[in-house]
Amino acid sequence: MVLFIVAVGALYASPNLYGEDPAVQISGLRGIEVNAATLDVVKSHLDEKKISYLSIVMEDGQILARFSNTEQQLRARDLLDDNIGDEYSVALNLTPATPEWLAGIGGTPMKLGLDLSGGVSFLMEVNMKEAIVKAQDSLVDDFRSGLRGEKIRYRSVKKVDDAVKIQFRNVEDLVSAETYLEKQNRDLLFFSDEDSLTISAKMTEQRLKETREYALQQNITIIRNRVNELGVAEPLVQRQGQKHIVIELPGVQDTAKAKEILNATATIEFRLVDTDGDLGAALNGRVPGSSELLKERNGQPVLLKKRVMLTGDHIVDAGSSFDEYSRPQVNITLDSAGGSKMSNGTKNSIGKPMATVFIEYKPTDRVDAEGNTIFEKIEEVISVATIQARLGKTFRITGAGSQAEAHNLALLLRAGALIAPIQIVEERTVGPTLGAENVQLGFQAIMLGFGLVFVFMLVYYRAFGVVANLALGANLVLIIGIMSMIPGATLTLPGMAGIVLTVGMAVDANVLIFERIREEIRAGKSMQQSIHQGYDAAFSTIIDANITTLIAALILFAIGTGPIKGFAVTLSIGIITSMFTAVIGTRTIVNAVWGGKRLDKLSI
Amino acid sequence: MQILQLKETVAFMRYRKVAVIFSIILMAASILSLATNKLNFGLDFTGGTLIEIGFDESADLTKVRAIMDSNGFDDAVVQLYGSSRDVVIRLATREDVKAEMLGNQVLDILQAGTGQTIDMRRIEFVGASVGDELAEQGGLAMLTALICILVYVAFRFEWRFALGSVIALFHDVLLTLGLFSILQLQFDLTVLAAILAVIGYSLNDTIVVSDRIRENFRKVRVGTPEDVINISLTQTLSRTIITSITTLLVLAALFFKGGELIHGFATALLLGVFVGTYSSVYVASSVALALGISKEDLIPEVIEKEGADQEEMRP
Repeated sequence: MVLFIVAVGALYASPNLYGEDPAVQISGLRGIEVNAATLDVVKSHLDEKKISYLSIVMEDGQILARFSNTEQQLRARDLLDDNIGDEYSVALNLTPATPEWLAGIGGTPMKLGLDLSGGVSFLMEVNMKEAIVKAQDSLVDDFRSGLRGEKIRYRSVKKVDDAVKIQFRNVEDLVSAETYLEKQNRDLLFFSDEDSLTISAKMTEQRLKETREYALQQNITIIRNRVNELGVAEPLVQRQGQKHIVIELPGVQDTAKAKEILNATATIEFRLVDTDGDLGAALNGRVPGSSELLKERNGQPVLLKKRVMLTGDHIVDAGSSFDEYSRPQVNITLDSAGGSKMSNGTKNSIGKPMATVFIEYKPTDRVDAEGNTIFEKIEEVISVATIQARLGKTFRITGAGSQAEAHNLALLLRAGALIAPIQIVEERTVGPTLGAENVQLGFQAIMLGFGLVFVFMLVYYRAFGVVANLALGANLVLIIGIMSMIPGATLTLPGMAGIVLTVGMAVDANVLIFERIREEIRAGKSMQQSIHQGYDAAFSTIIDANITTLIAALILFAIGTGPIKGFAVTLSIGIITSMFTAVIGTRTIVNAVWGGKRLDKLSI
Repeated sequence: MQILQLKETVAFMRYRKVAVIFSIILMAASILSLATNKLNFGLDFTGGTLIEIGFDESADLTKVRAIMDSNGFDDAVVQLYGSSRDVVIRLATREDVKAEMLGNQVLDILQAGTGQTIDMRRIEFVGASVGDELAEQGGLAMLTALICILVYVAFRFEWRFALGSVIALFHDVLLTLGLFSILQLQFDLTVLAAILAVIGYSLNDTIVVSDRIRENFRKVRVGTPEDVINISLTQTLSRTIITSITTLLVLAALFFKGGELIHGFATALLLGVFVGTYSSVYVASSVALALGISKEDLIPEVIEKEGADQEEMRP
């Protein structure tokens, strides 16, 4: 049993012994997916330039090409980057060179934290104040149009502090407005004051929470999109707490560019397609004055009216679903101002095509005279749909293609109207040299610490010291095995320190047991009795002592981030495995070696 | 091999008044230093920017300072870090530059100014608000840890032991923080993690001692509570010392081999282990004794079941 567990641990720890292959990873951008055809294209490019590769496979919607050295990897990256087009991102990666049979049973090496692998991590903060302000702005809009629609007269609707105040002319209007508004908005709190003829509306805690949550989720979605464009292998975008987003970009050195992309802004515009203009003539350079030529995703040119019908900041929400024929569609909700603009704009254009344009400002490598990065305006038509009826506050776009594409369009539409701005509040970049150095230092410290304890135990407890050392070695293997098995666990420099510390503290359980055995022997008990008593008496002490340490480690895990979390992880795992190896493991060995014999002397 | 071969029980508790006075003096000194010198908070808590760069040859600090000065960064703190080729530059958050871009800007300036290729080793930027939140969270974490432990020990042992061990922990944390304040060592996130680990370690020790005290109260029929505690401390002393030795060994490995980034962490743990070993012998037991721990508190009450004998008469 003990042997089995240690063997499993060793098996899963073994992928760490194999190195990593340099690889190039190709993935599709903006809803485009790699397929067998892309795979062939990649292969033919590589073959043409005689860049030899170890393997090329398609997995998890990505193409992964492994190379035997970094020189070929870099050549391949440059070649592919230039030749396979903008729809794909080409990223450098290091892929574990785990043998197939090991990978087949889920064996992977430990994931290294950014402080060991090199790379950058950002902490971004969502401006929640702004999110709430925007939500209130749209409430003001809603109240105005709602009351107008009900023909209830009011003097003004204004935002005052954290409430929206409506001023009326007489009590009758106030009363009917209150009944109407309360019915419409169940997640708002209304306070009416008949003396000053005002109603003030406040968002409930629930509504505030939802607004914040939505702002955070939206930002995460947008950042994921942008990070994918960065061409980074295995990026991480994750929420942290109530208003923060963690972004980890392994291997990224040019943080300036990454920051600009993260801070980039995007907008959406709805514009009519110029159906009167001659597309052929426009392609030859004769574009009508009131129109301009843009391209669709697939490269198809479209002639659009210059006049913008509606901008993306009026979009309140966008989502994808299916229509009555189970075709994918995108549902769009506008604010009331946007609704009336849309209604006016489409009134005379029923049956005509309308285009959705996605505009993004991307930083370029060029700088202007003052040293500021020049941003390139990229306009792309993401959908063209025929207007079926006069559109209002809510409408839908059908015929967007597959469900994935509809989903993606909805994402982009939402991206056009960021409800809450975000800001980088923390950055940690570790260069590749420092990362490699940290790995080496951590490894040396573990080995030295292990060696010192090993020698000490051997000298102090002799034969029993050997047993404790065996347990210590098994413990180390188990920690590494478990760290490799848990998908979310990352090894960081403090994590390595945690392993070192565990090595020192893990022998404590054995010290407790052995000292107890010595005590029992001194008290004149027989050798076998002493061993038995030593283990029994020390057991509850060991449990209590370890559980309390585990409490401290778990709290650290709960509050810690990044590297510190890594420390909590190795410490917690180490505590648990050490209890197993030091108590059950050593007991098994002791029983096997000394069990059932009459002993006159113990080497302890 | 044996380090200690104690034939007699050491009367630890005879010196407890001295120990209490000693501890109180140290704690007072720590509080005084924390109040006047404060902690030398690192970037994690203060906010600001840190850039670590590596040169191919020994770094010319004067030149680096001059370049920083002439570019308007006269508040930059430029220091060697670990070796003569590594330089760390610390900057406070500034009004005129977008804080998150500061690191990249400084790197460009130095690259241009020195005319050398500079290896970017590390850039850290922490916004001021994040630092405040961290400090708050860190304090909260320590409190939560202490409370959870108090509850667990009270549940497993007895409230006097629980209070004793938590006071011991508080004592350890305070003294470690005090030493960091007196020596003006930098207090960053890894040090905070180390202090939580100190809590874990010191508690480990205290639990072992308390466990033995409980056992002896049940086993040893004669003697005052003071005698029982003395016996228990003597019995566990060699274990306390050996575990401290093994822990100190690995910490020494970390201290000397772990590199600059782990230095503060190793220092805090080294100090903490010393203090923790002392406190598990003196502080926790003294408090439990002062609170009037006695045999009756630790022996489970035997409840005589009414009609228990009648059970056996059933067919």
